[in-house]
This record gives sequence, C-alpha cells and structure tokens, in this order.
Amino acid sequence: MTDQAYNFAYLDEQTKRMIRRALLKALAIPGYQVPFASREMPMPYGWGTGGVQVTAACLTPEDRLKVIDQGADDTTNAVSIRRFFQRTAGVETTERTTDATVIQTRHRIPEQPLAEGQILVYQVPIPEPLRFLEPRETETRKMHELEEYGLMHVKLYEDIARHGEIATAYAYPVRVEGRYVMDPSPIPKFDNPKLAGNPAIQLFGAGREARIHAVPPYSDVVSLDFEDHPFAASKADHECDLCGSAGSYLDEVITDDRGTRMFVCSDTDFCASRQAQGHRGRLSPQGATP
Amino acid sequence: MTLMQNAITAAPLLSVQGLTKRYGARIGCAGVGFDLYPGEVLGIVGESGSGKSTLLSCLAGHQRPDEGRILFDGADVLAFSEAERRRLLRGDWAYVHQNPRDGLRMGVSAGGNVGERLMAVGARNYAAIRESATDWLGRVEIAADRIDDRPSAFSGGMQQRLQIARNLVTGPRLVFMDEPTGGLDVSVQARLLDLLRGLVRDLGLSVVIVTHDLAVVRLLADRLMVMKSGRVVECGLTDQVLDDPQHAYTQLLVSSVLQV
Repeated sequence: MTDQAYNFAYLDEQTKRMIRRALLKALAIPGYQVPFASREMPMPYGWGTGGVQVTAACLTPEDRLKVIDQGADDTTNAVSIRRFFQRTAGVETTERTTDATVIQTRHRIPEQPLAEGQILVYQVPIPEPLRFLEPRETETRKMHELEEYGLMHVKLYEDIARHGEIATAYAYPVRVEGRYVMDPSPIPKFDNPKLAGNPAIQLFGAGREARIHAVPPYSDVVSLDFEDHPFAASKADHECDLCGSAGSYLDEVITDDRGTRMFVCSDTDFCASRQAQGHRGRLSPQGATP
Repeated sequence: MTLMQNAITAAPLLSVQGLTKRYGARIGCAGVGFDLYPGEVLGIVGESGSGKSTLLSCLAGHQRPDEGRILFDGADVLAFSEAERRRLLRGDWAYVHQNPRDGLRMGVSAGGNVGERLMAVGARNYAAIRESATDWLGRVEIAADRIDDRPSAFSGGMQQRLQIARNLVTGPRLVFMDEPTGGLDVSVQARLLDLLRGLVRDLGLSVVIVTHDLAVVRLLADRLMVMKSGRVVECGLTDQVLDDPQHAYTQLLVSSVLQV
C-alpha cells in the first residue's frame, strides 16, 4: 500500500534535482568531489547508499537496470538493490551488461566493454584518495585545489620500499584529465585501464561521505606510478575454471578444507555468456551442453 | 672573512620591516625588522613569552602578521597567493619544528619522509628518490639500513636529525628552526649542533634560529637578536652581544647562564 505513495525511483523531486545538479557539476569538473546533501536511504551506510541515490536520480521509466556486487548479479547487495528499484521505480532489470542502460556496481567494471549511452554508477565508501595519508579534510581540499599530489606518491613509495613493488591492488589512485587525483572506488587495479577512454558515463556516489564525482565519456584517466616502477594491471595468474577465459578478473574460491581451490570469473554475466557460447574451463561438467 | 664580504656585497635574502602581530589587545611581537644575508645565521633569543615563536611563525607564513613587510629575494611574501606561498614552503624554504613529531610523518618510513619533499616537487623516479634519501640519511648520520624503519622506532635525537634531512633534501635557501635542540639531552644536543654547523657551512644555508639556549646561538649564529615583551631590545654580532651586553635584559640573560 505504501508502494503507491512513493515518487518514481524513491527520491522526492527536490532531492533528485539536487543530486542531478551535483552530477552535472561533477561531469563538468572530471574527478572533482562535489559535496551533496546525501539522504538517509532504507539501507545501512556501506551498502551502497551513495550509489542508490545516484542511480535513483538517473533512472527514467524506460531504463533497464543491472546491479552487480563484486561483478556478480546474484549476491545479497546486488539482489536487494535490484529489488529496491523494481519496487520503487518499476523499471526493467537485466543481468546482461549489453542490455542495461544503467549499471550500478560495487567493486568492479564489467568485462564486456561498455557503449555510448550507458551509465555506470559506482558505490564509493571513501572518495578521498589522500584520506589515509592526511586526515584533515580542510588540508586535503587545499591539496586538491593547489594540485599538491606529492603525498600520493609517498604512499606508492612506501609500497615499493616495503613490498618491492606497488602492492596497492585496489582503489588504485588515478589522475583524471591531467588535473584531479581520484580514488576510483575499490575496484581492482586490473579494472583501472577500463576507466580511461570509456564511452559510458561513469558516476561515483559516496553516501556517508556525501560526495559525488564523475568521469565523463572518453576521458583521459592515468594510473599514478613511478618511471622505474610503471603501473601494471594485475590478476590471478590462472584461467577461469568454468569458462576458460584467460583475460578476465578472477575470484579465488576455496572448495574444501584441504586447500583445493578454483578460479572463476568475478563477472558472472561475462562467464555465463561465454559458457553459453560453448567455452569450457577445467572444472566444467564433462559432456554437459548448455 | 669571505663570509662577511659576501654579506656586504650581496642583497639581503630575507628583509623584514616593521613586523607586528597582535593577539587582540596583547602584542605577540611589535615593530621587528632585520635583514638576513645569504649564508648568514640569525639567532633570536629571549625568555618564554617574549614573542620569538610568534615572530618565527609569522616569518614562515604559518600566521599572518598584522603589519609589516617580508621580502624574500626582493619579492613581497605577504602578497603571494596561497599556491605560491606553499610552493615556497616546500621548495626554497624549510621549517624545522621543535618537536620532530610535528615535522615528520610518523606512519611513513624514514625514506618516505625524506622523499616526500622530492615527490612534492615532481620527482617520479623511485631509484633516484631512494638514492637521495639514502644519501641524506648518511649526511645526518643515520645508518642506511634504517631507511625503511618508521620514525616511531627512532630515538628523539635521530628523529630530529631525520627531520633536518627531510627539510634539506630539496636544497632550500632559507631554513627556519624553532628550538631544534629542545628536549634532547646535552650530549645528543652537542652532536646535533655539530651536525647543523657543518650542514650550514657546507650548503651555505641562511638560517633563522629561535632558541632560549645561549650555547646554541653561540655555536651557530653569526648575528643575534634579543627579544623581550614582543620587541627587539638588542641586536648585533653574536659574540659582541653575548660578551658585552648593553641592554639590562640581555645582561640578565647572559648572567643567568650557569657556568660549570
């Protein structure tokens, strides 16, 4: 009964207007963190309240929504957010990356290259890349303002000094359009190259921290590194055990308590469509046909 | 003697005129003026509350003075934009805090601490940064194998030396020091002073050093300014001021030092 009392896509029109203004500003200044009046959402902080607000502000009744969590369509977070929008917006949902117009994601960029007209919405826990090095918000804002990004390299220096290589494997800092240094949310650094020159609109919403930032289509996004320790996108050195893909990002799954493990694509849609095309991996059921 | 000749022929590196800072109705410092020439070390002494720290923080840009002019290399520092001022702070200027914990990043290794200023001015080659960090640790007598230790694992004297290395790595021309030997025991103080004196001579640094320890200025400073209640009461060559004090307060200060 209360369902009918909701506005389209949950948010009231004033809130949508406010968030859309923040989104436009974020797109106009790539990588800049735009403060916005983040609302309480019917889910706890850390479950994608920022992403949900951005998605709600972008959705139109004609949109087709896909929600992924760590690349998977069927995890708790993805399922609950998808159901939330089915109820409050009544939009069509899909698990297929190519069919979706809006994709809300946590921790991954889909393997399937995105196209013009698609919107990728990231859930962001801590939008400030300098936060763990400089706890003062006044100071980090000043550093962004004056492009004082030396400190970001101190973090990478520490990585090399301690581990012999840049050990930061996720939330790897990038510089957008040669200006703002941005935390691309905790995506694996394997996905960093996909941020650059992407035809889709990439929007980042941080609910608790009340910040929105964005990467417009076809933007220049460079991962920070040293001349003698260049950035390298890394993944587990295996093939997917279900679809045999050697080029996709893999999850390691422990299958018993004797240390047996398997590697599977973290992007479930990518893996399923490859299996549907007949690709097979090491642990695929023998003789099974899709 | 060449030092003195340089001082006479060159233009002042830092020129301060009529510097005044008030805290409400009270004065922090009033009407302070001096010229600092390249390669010169100026000591500022005075008791607690005499305005020497206020003066130093105004000079170093941590506070904005109410009146007066500060010219660095002929340019009016107070008219700088914040971007220019901060560029100065991490390039040509350096600031050594009394407490090394204020000047170091305690969660970052010694090498990272020294390298930070290099990276802040655009160094992007890990091997080169590492090499210069190792070199500077050596110059301040910290063993090279401590490069990956955090400052929290260092003694107070080592932390202070690390802070000095971190500040000098980009080759600043002007260094501000606020009680650099405060809180260290006397033997460590002596080593640190020796080190500082060597670095200042070798690099031709100009230094403004604030202290209440007359032994420190006797060793380091070419010239001395004595402050009391926010005003400069006496200034001149260090040996002259300390051996033949003219102002009553300076006489008191000099005679208060215990002779052992």
